[in-house]
Amino acid sequence: MSGEVRLSRRRFLRYAAGTAGALVIGIGSAEALDRPTPVALLGDAWSQVGPYLRVAADGRIFIGVRDPDNGEGTSTSLARIIAEEMSADWSRVVVEPLGLGVEQGNGEPRFTYGRQRSGDATSIPAAWADLRQAGALARWLLLQAAARRLGVPADQLRGENGMAVAADGRRISYADLASAAAGIDAPSIMPPLKQPERYTLIGQPAGDVDATAVVTGSLRYALDDSLGNPVIAVIARCPYPGGTLDTADRDAAKKIDGVYDVVDITPEQGQPAGMAAQAPALAVLARDTWSALAGRAALNATWKAGDNPEPSSSALEQKALALFADDTATPSIVREDGDVAAARKKAGRALEATYFQPWVAHATAETPNCVVRLDPDTSVTVIAATQSARQVYTVVQRMTGFRPDQIDIQVPRGGGGFGRRLEQDYIAEAMAIALAKKDEAIRSRPLKVLWTRDDDLARDYYRPMAVHRLNASLDKGKKIVGWHQRMASPSALVGRSTPDNRLWQSEVVADALPAGLVPNFRSDWYPLDSKLARGEWRGSPHVTPTFASESFIDELAHSVKANPLDFRLALLGEARQLPYSGRGGPIDTARLANVLRLAADKIDWSRWLRSENGLGIACAYVFGAYVAHAIEVAPTADGIDIHRVVCVADVGRAINPLGLEAQLQGATMDALSTALNLAITIKDGKVQQTGFRDYPIATTQPLPYEIETVIVPSTAEPTGASVIGVPSAAPALANAVFRATAVRVRRLPLLREFARLR
Amino acid sequence: MAQQGPTSPVPVPNKDANQPAPKPVREGIDLIVNDKRYRHTGEAGMPLLWYLRDVLRLTGAKYGCDQGDCGFCTVIVDGKAVAACQTKMEKMSGKRVTTVEGLAGADGKLHPVQQAWIDEDAIMCGFCQPGQIMAAVDLLSRQKNPSDADIDKIGNLCRCGSYGRIRKAIKRAAGTMKDSKA
Repeated sequence: MSGEVRLSRRRFLRYAAGTAGALVIGIGSAEALDRPTPVALLGDAWSQVGPYLRVAADGRIFIGVRDPDNGEGTSTSLARIIAEEMSADWSRVVVEPLGLGVEQGNGEPRFTYGRQRSGDATSIPAAWADLRQAGALARWLLLQAAARRLGVPADQLRGENGMAVAADGRRISYADLASAAAGIDAPSIMPPLKQPERYTLIGQPAGDVDATAVVTGSLRYALDDSLGNPVIAVIARCPYPGGTLDTADRDAAKKIDGVYDVVDITPEQGQPAGMAAQAPALAVLARDTWSALAGRAALNATWKAGDNPEPSSSALEQKALALFADDTATPSIVREDGDVAAARKKAGRALEATYFQPWVAHATAETPNCVVRLDPDTSVTVIAATQSARQVYTVVQRMTGFRPDQIDIQVPRGGGGFGRRLEQDYIAEAMAIALAKKDEAIRSRPLKVLWTRDDDLARDYYRPMAVHRLNASLDKGKKIVGWHQRMASPSALVGRSTPDNRLWQSEVVADALPAGLVPNFRSDWYPLDSKLARGEWRGSPHVTPTFASESFIDELAHSVKANPLDFRLALLGEARQLPYSGRGGPIDTARLANVLRLAADKIDWSRWLRSENGLGIACAYVFGAYVAHAIEVAPTADGIDIHRVVCVADVGRAINPLGLEAQLQGATMDALSTALNLAITIKDGKVQQTGFRDYPIATTQPLPYEIETVIVPSTAEPTGASVIGVPSAAPALANAVFRATAVRVRRLPLLREFARLR
Repeated sequence: MAQQGPTSPVPVPNKDANQPAPKPVREGIDLIVNDKRYRHTGEAGMPLLWYLRDVLRLTGAKYGCDQGDCGFCTVIVDGKAVAACQTKMEKMSGKRVTTVEGLAGADGKLHPVQQAWIDEDAIMCGFCQPGQIMAAVDLLSRQKNPSDADIDKIGNLCRCGSYGRIRKAIKRAAGTMKDSKA
């Protein structure tokens, strides 16, 4: 009642009969399947094939989604990919988030659901590569079972909306075939995938599968879970990177009604960044959150900044400028073509500009939190929103020493990620509290750790501040013949086992345009020192360099009195493929030119010279997707008003256009809100921002009511969606502000700088 | 058995008109949440948000900022939207609270605002949406036909930036609520 089909040398599909007449299908990655284990002998090890799909005899189809969904919409789109291939009835599909799939291998943990990571727009391309096969195998088995039942060849049957349908119109529901399908012999080769012309789900709009649970309040985020009667912990953390505890009144905290205990947290040393608690801290354990907060206030903890306190952002900027001016400094040469110095000597015109970007935070809607139930002798359950379930496992396993079968990691829908949840500091901190000696009465109770908003802003893994200096040379024909970009930033890869000569990889993209378009090109990166924790931030490493390069291209166009759209199209030149060492390449210049033209058309670019409002445009190639933004800004008595924002994206085949549109709109909002207003600043060695009043993520104003989106129809391989709308939005805004007001903003946040300059 | 916290909810039986009211066994703050009566016997300074989440285990109202800025914890008290994190239990005596869990009808039929949110696919991560929905219910109870400016005044934060669809959902709900009255 089971079988398997090889997908590749290291991956295979397996299926079996489930309980109550169900068909279950999974995907496994094998270390040594050259000698496949007979399924009969596998016994309990069946679980090493992560089951994704269960066709139940009652008509429901359960689809497991492996990658964490923090609002990217993957619960819907990944399930649609499987459902499409098996021709399921979408209305009967039940989507479940898969917890971490891990079990004991030969001395190493074996991860049954693959990477289980969400970030860098990887979930959709990965799903396209293997989840379709799971659906296709289900359809093949169900149609084989139907063929036997109906006495017709299987190739004369088709799957349709949860039914096997014969040429003569006879039909049997998948529910009635599930049990028999599990007994069909495995095909000798992988069954063919569906022809895209026959798609009925992929490419059609689908609402989020969790919508009803969200709007009724029944969806349990990690913050809403409790595993019974939990002890609530709120933490007083050292606010100084590299600082230590000075004084705290533990007794005063314990006297607060409802406070059970106060536990010291000392971060583990020698762990990679993001894999241990960040700061020395005191955790207040209490009956409820309110008592814990009161206990934390009563602690009245004071902290010492330590030696070499974190410098202010402006001090770091000065260091960057000094590095650019120092001929003896040795940057990482990220890419070099031709000879930029020679080009500069020959060129008719040379331009230089310097751009500054501040630290920024993630400020996820759901602050970091973690629920832990630990029995020190037998098992641990961890419930947490994360973007990397395997990293959660690594931390929990290291801190408990448990075997995989003793560790249960549940990953509910998360309230936003944006890169924050790629870091596991909040998991390690919660585990440290769970493992700490504490009052007998509460030792066996589950633990729930909540970060308050000020905690979240004070101890994020920030997007690094950055300074960019760009130099370009133009020939008499207004053509860019030399481009030299220098960037300085504190790399997010420090502390993550990355060699020094690769630290630039989190900061800048080697082959990002205009690399490959300008004959003499050089990209340098200079390291800055900082103790502030830093990490990925929605779209990095594309975001900060694209603001500089796409602003600078606009400045170059202006310097030669060229239309910025035409200038960009001329720079892209004839349609061709440019080599690209990063993910998603090569770059198809025609697809990029196409999104630029579409964005220009949508905003009526022909007005760009005569309109009183300013029109700005910018584009980016991000993880295989082609994106352009066009923005219309009106000058007002006290500043600027953003009238219209257009975002055009070519992501290849759009799995769920409704979800893609939401991601593009959300990413554009995020990028604009961040560019307009947001900065994390350091004073006296610590982060100053404490909440939404001093870190004012935009509500509706000053953003426009609607982000107008255009999704380019395409049959190319699908790419991810959640980050691609970020990089080109801020430079399009700055370019529009320049056209509207003649003020060139080279420093973010934009509104503060605009007010200073005008 | 797990240890019970002393602020566990004490459901109060509905009064029977024929019986004299029983004497309260403990001092407390009586309030009605989603048509059920409760007595809070714990700390009077506790914000409503933590009473709902930690004591009643009604987790639809979310924690977001503790400063009344984000609106994730919006609930309706005596017909008006409030930030539950800024509303202390000592002010709650005799009040009637509706949370997102109490919006749908007893038969499970969704409130028109909830349905509009689904129809416009307004959720992204979804975390702020119970608060957005309660704020919209409040707005629509005062403004049958809200303008864009009225909607702007809500000011609830959506970190994912779903504002365009939230706006459409509010307008859609206004339409269905008008139709059902007609």
